[in-house]
Amino acid sequence: MRRRRAAGFTLALPFTVLLVLTVLVPVLYTVYLSLFTDRLSGLGFDGPRQVFIGLGNYLSVLVDRAFGQSVLTVALYALVQVPVMLILAMVLALLLDSAVVRLRQVWTLALFLPYAVPVVIGGLIWAYLYSPGIGPLASLLHFDPMSGRGILPAVVNIATWQWVGYNVVIFYTALRAVPKEILEAARADGAGPVRTALTIKVPMVRPTVFVALVFTVIGSLQLFTEPLVLRSFTGAVTSTWTPSLYVYESAFITNDYGRAAAASVLLAVVSAVLSALVMRLSTRRYR
Amino acid sequence: MHLVLLLSALYSVLPLVWLVTSATKSLGDFSTTSAFAFGHWNLGANLSGLFDQDGGVFLWWIRNSLLYAGLGAVLGSLICTAAGYAIAKLTFPGRRLLFALTLAGVLVPTTALALPLYLLAAQLHVVDTFWAVFLPLLTNPFGVYLARVYADAAVPGEVLEASRMDGAGELRTFFTVALPMMRPGLVTVLLFQFVGIWNNVFLPLVMLTDPKLFPMSLGLYQWSTRVTQFPQYTPLVITGSLLAVLPLVVAFVVLQRQWRSGLATGAVK
Repeated sequence: MRRRRAAGFTLALPFTVLLVLTVLVPVLYTVYLSLFTDRLSGLGFDGPRQVFIGLGNYLSVLVDRAFGQSVLTVALYALVQVPVMLILAMVLALLLDSAVVRLRQVWTLALFLPYAVPVVIGGLIWAYLYSPGIGPLASLLHFDPMSGRGILPAVVNIATWQWVGYNVVIFYTALRAVPKEILEAARADGAGPVRTALTIKVPMVRPTVFVALVFTVIGSLQLFTEPLVLRSFTGAVTSTWTPSLYVYESAFITNDYGRAAAASVLLAVVSAVLSALVMRLSTRRYR
Repeated sequence: MHLVLLLSALYSVLPLVWLVTSATKSLGDFSTTSAFAFGHWNLGANLSGLFDQDGGVFLWWIRNSLLYAGLGAVLGSLICTAAGYAIAKLTFPGRRLLFALTLAGVLVPTTALALPLYLLAAQLHVVDTFWAVFLPLLTNPFGVYLARVYADAAVPGEVLEASRMDGAGELRTFFTVALPMMRPGLVTVLLFQFVGIWNNVFLPLVMLTDPKLFPMSLGLYQWSTRVTQFPQYTPLVITGSLLAVLPLVVAFVVLQRQWRSGLATGAVK
């Protein structure tokens, strides 16, 4: 028993050290930083001085219009992207799972490929496809995807393209695990393929869907790379377009560490609360 | 039904086809020829332009990406698998706490960690070094969570008992008995960690100023910011993008069976 303990400790040690150094300490440090601000003392000759201001940074972030805007953008984005992508992924997974489809391997691989494309590259490809005069999309669509109005659907599309295949594979593997007897019983009762899908298959894979939902929601809150890349191509993406861009801007462009830290903590708290909420809902409905 | 699948597959693949055809065009053809058609063949010139630009810095980016993502994925997935196995199959003090912290770690947004990591690195004087990017990317709480699921599913307790009966030490049992049984899981974690690191630009963007330390994504992003002012960067960005995508596509095609069976265990549990 003692040897087993020692071994468990040894095997878990490298990860534990990494976790403490690169996650735990930084999280605590962020909370600490969020309580301070830099003030110039006296005439400013001594340089800035760290001053404890309690929740002051949180207040100034919460009343900052730019932050409010960024939260609104991400909320709107998530409201569209999350259901669109997950429903599309579920429909495609159900199609793949149906008996008629051949060459499943080829279909899944084709759908999965965009996941293998780095987000920066995916953003660049779509930026060119959207660009008037270069890409075919600007002339096909009834709106300009790089304009103030078109930019949100444009980003939703990039993320959907990137992630839908990944979720198809996850849903599809979950659907494969639905017991055959149940499906046969449904068929014997005269249920058609659509009805079987909606009343038996989807409810059976609900836990998997909720896990995917949590990760998609967390992912959308952190939206950063796609808008960062598009910024070089269009003025429609501001420097504080999403909360992550807001954090980046406050920390590394205006060097207001306290404000950046406070915004980071808010972001982390919201994402933890949302995922806890989704998880709670999922277990309750499942029972 | 097949039409829906066909349209979705086209939606997934056509942008990549565009990348391939565009990489073969000269700047002039790029804006004048139709998007998915091949223009006058110019891939050779694009490639030599790519590798000549900024003193051949693209070669450094390839090397760095392979180091960050390749080494990071191999080392990281081993570390994850060991921790996941330990949490699932061995008892040691602090095991529950470690698992709770791991789950919390999954939820912490990477963007929220960038600033403190940067400031800590600055205090340790490691900003703008390989390690400032490499070490944080090595940490993968989700990988540990997955590895724990795989260990639970793939390594029966009886097999471990048998190995212990034969007198093998705990560490030896892990490396020679458990690890081979967890192989599909290990490959999945490896592949996802590779993609995760290959994808990450936030941390390198924050930590690095020396272009010779950039991974491909960050380098190509920096070049793309110049495109509107200097259109001659366009063929470089596009050809470079193609080279950045190819190894991952190949890896996924080659390792298809592995990551599928890995995902299956991870998804259903």
